[in-house]
Amino acid sequence: MSTEAELNPTSYIQHHLTNMTVDLGEGSFWVLHVDTLVMSLILGVISLGFIWMVVRKATSGVPSKTQAFVELLIEFIDDQVKNTFHGNRHAFVAPAALTIFVWVLLLNSMDFLPIDIMAWIYEHVFGLHNWRGVPTADVNTTFALALSIWILTIYFSIKVKGFGGWIKELFCAPFGKNPVLWPFNLLLNLIEYISKPLSHSLRLFGNMYAGEIIFMLLGMWAATGVAGTIFGAVLGVGWAIFHILIVVLHAFIFMILAVVYLSMAHESH
Amino acid sequence: MNINFTLVSQAIAFSVFIWFTTKFVWPYLLRAIEERQQKIADGLAAGERGKKELELASQRSSEVLKEAKQRAGEIVIQAEKRASDIIEEAKKNARVEGEKIMAGAKAEIQHEIFSARESLRQQVAGLAVQGASKILRREVSAKVHADLLASIETELK
Repeated sequence: MSTEAELNPTSYIQHHLTNMTVDLGEGSFWVLHVDTLVMSLILGVISLGFIWMVVRKATSGVPSKTQAFVELLIEFIDDQVKNTFHGNRHAFVAPAALTIFVWVLLLNSMDFLPIDIMAWIYEHVFGLHNWRGVPTADVNTTFALALSIWILTIYFSIKVKGFGGWIKELFCAPFGKNPVLWPFNLLLNLIEYISKPLSHSLRLFGNMYAGEIIFMLLGMWAATGVAGTIFGAVLGVGWAIFHILIVVLHAFIFMILAVVYLSMAHESH
Repeated sequence: MNINFTLVSQAIAFSVFIWFTTKFVWPYLLRAIEERQQKIADGLAAGERGKKELELASQRSSEVLKEAKQRAGEIVIQAEKRASDIIEEAKKNARVEGEKIMAGAKAEIQHEIFSARESLRQQVAGLAVQGASKILRREVSAKVHADLLASIETELK
């Protein structure tokens, strides 16, 4: 728990929503959320390292249980990508989808860890004050992922259709080639290009952030005594079980949207 | 929740992770999975082939069995015929042999009869001569009455 003198709902929530920051320079942009970065790096290395270890020993014969699990995962992703993307998916899109799904799933899953116990561990075991454990509840993470995908869609658009083809598409799709329609086409495309990364990232961020807040609100029942604590715990279990669905669903949605955007970039209108 | 440099750092981490997966994870496992799929497909095809061959073999074996049964039946029929032939021949041989023995026996009997008759005749002739000599009260000269004796003998034949 926090070491602040006064403990009220506002300070409790604020305490849990404060990132550990490092200033890299002047201005509000040059700030680094160390907790977000370190947690996501650790989880990424663990998950992909685990898959890599399995893959290194992969045989085409009878697979071990771990290999079967990883194969199941990869075949699941591959199936999803196959249904959406019609091209050489093995070159980039499918591996990227695997990375996104595994990574986002693990980042989301950090939400299951009991928020106050983890805060106590971060503070007393690692000596970290203000350490947030759920990287996808930080808008920077989801924006980073969505913007990377967004840049990749532009990159693949230009790569597949050529720069001229891309510009032509900005003006001539979706309404038609008539010069009268050019401004509308461009406007619509701009809106699409802006809304895509926004909706992509804010959907994931909003759900994870709201999940965290609800855990905190349920945690505040502990302030009302033993009965309240038990009641809060029961509700917390219910929300955590429901949250399993949300965590997996949003990792999946994020992955599928990324695949859809990338495959749209590969197809010309 | 303000946008800051974390975004850039996360984007870099994300790119590195994607690169890692694309380079070191995806191709290797995909190759293993594809090889296994090929193996399974081959195995299934081999199973199918084996089943077909088994079917053919069982068909052939039933044909062979049928043929063997037919042959066995033929052999049995031949053997029966041969057996009856042998019996028939044996019967014939036996009959011939029996006839031969019978003929031999008949000839011997004839011979016995003949020799018995001969000795009887001689005895009768002797008795007749004795009787005659007794009747005549005198000795009959065998030399003198040789003709007579001979004629009696032929009469008794």
